Amino acid sequence: MKVLVAVKRVIDYNVKIRVKPDHSDVDLTNVKMAMNPFCEIAVEEAVRLKEAGVATEVVAVTVGPKAAQEQLRTALALGADRAVHVQTEAPVESLAAAKLLAKVVEEEQPQLTILGKQAIDSDNNQVGQMLAALTGRPQGTFASEVEVEGETLKVTREIDGGLQTVALQLPAIVTTDLRLNEPRYAKLPDIMKAKKKPLDTKTPEELGVVVASGLKLVSVEAPAERQGGVKVGSVDELVDKLKNEAKVIS
Amino acid sequence: MSILVLAEHHDGQLAETTAHVVAAAQAIGGDIDVLVAGENVGTVAEAAARLDGVSRVRVADAAVYAHQLAEPVSELLVALSGDYGHVLAAATTHGKNVLPRLAALKDVSQISEIIEVVDADTFKRPIYAGNAIATVQSEDALKVITVRSTAFDAVGATGTAGVEAVEAGIDNALSSFIDERLEQSDRPELGAAKVVISGGRGMGSGENFKLLDGIADKLGAAIGASRAAVDAGYVPNDMQVGQTGKIVAPELYIAVGISGAIQHLAGMKDSKVIVAINKDDEAPIFQVADYGLVGDLFEILPELESKL
Repeated sequence: MKVLVAVKRVIDYNVKIRVKPDHSDVDLTNVKMAMNPFCEIAVEEAVRLKEAGVATEVVAVTVGPKAAQEQLRTALALGADRAVHVQTEAPVESLAAAKLLAKVVEEEQPQLTILGKQAIDSDNNQVGQMLAALTGRPQGTFASEVEVEGETLKVTREIDGGLQTVALQLPAIVTTDLRLNEPRYAKLPDIMKAKKKPLDTKTPEELGVVVASGLKLVSVEAPAERQGGVKVGSVDELVDKLKNEAKVIS
Repeated sequence: MSILVLAEHHDGQLAETTAHVVAAAQAIGGDIDVLVAGENVGTVAEAAARLDGVSRVRVADAAVYAHQLAEPVSELLVALSGDYGHVLAAATTHGKNVLPRLAALKDVSQISEIIEVVDADTFKRPIYAGNAIATVQSEDALKVITVRSTAFDAVGATGTAGVEAVEAGIDNALSSFIDERLEQSDRPELGAAKVVISGGRGMGSGENFKLLDGIADKLGAAIGASRAAVDAGYVPNDMQVGQTGKIVAPELYIAVGISGAIQHLAGMKDSKVIVAINKDDEAPIFQVADYGLVGDLFEILPELESKL
């Protein structure tokens, strides 16, 4: 079966972000960018399905600026067979991203589409669910285990309080949680080979999708700073402070 | 315009988070209905009807909603949403699973995890792991919103709303429930606890997490963990506090053997008082801690337990 895997270019997770002085957004100029960590897990899962003989082809897709091709090349180096780049320099909200991905799903007809559960920049946790809705497919969100059994997909989901296992009718959409797998590193020969793998570029216009949003970003601010506190010298002092100064224990 | 709140419930009990979401709905303003979808949810509906500020509880009681799978519940919400200007749910795994599906079916954006209501169209929400706060304004006719429950105080339970059944005639051929493995615990729920004590990689092993038990018992605390402790296999993942786990904001948060990575801080930095116990006095956790104690947790924890 064919597996489609969606990846996003985001700020590297180790970077301490800065809010622009005019509060219009976060400043991303000259900041290290990388593949979203949850997307890495999605790519890894797709590649493992191929190695297990379940998937026959893995197609990586991204929606974003020209520079996002770097992340597609990373996916190719990790084992994806080819890539589709929906190129747009405009900011893309979750719903528009889901609409663009739905068009790619329509064209490619994958049996399984894997996405990360959330991007670490917008922290929305929406696109996979929206893509499932738009394509009329079932969804297995926050997956920590995925198993293909004929025409159904068994997905173990991380829920508040534990784990839940559901059966989904294929074709289906899955979003990855952190514990689904441990992504591999791309080796240099694979990175070289990835440069020759096919990468198609499309535009939202070609896909017939208008990248608009019902949401307006009014402002972005830094959160209130926490005041660094004091270091205490002993357990006795700590207990005393908690009882008499902070009054949080009795 | 009216507001519909999707109730969350487990094992015939209304989840605590629902009372927090109703509080967010009150901040928006308007009539508040609560939807209870499930099977044999009479007691849940009664509990929802007691929440202050609720005008009406609507109950969809059918086998298809038994495990509140996203596919049938989102269809139900689509069928009901015509009466409402806002649909709200808690930003739990349940709310996050269902609401974006509803939003896409209605062709509107979804606003995730709001922490403040500015007005009926404008909301604040954290982005970049809580390192920035975005104010967003929705121009959509229907606002679909998940609510960070720790940011809103729960409403009381002295109300007397009416309960009425809604038509529940949706088939679900797309997905089915197989099983559930829930962690059993006598302690308060992590998201709702007044005191949380969390262990990190510094705990060294799952066995050593027992050192937290006595302290948690004395303080009536829930026990949490950092992602490092979960990934090392010390404790199950539903104990994880952080950007990718649970967001907590207790009165007292005690971080033991946790360095304080951005990912973890995103889940607990709105706690009222933070205590850090760590042997590394350079650990970033000390920059947010109100009280820090540098030392060996294996000596400090037993002493702390005996002195509480």
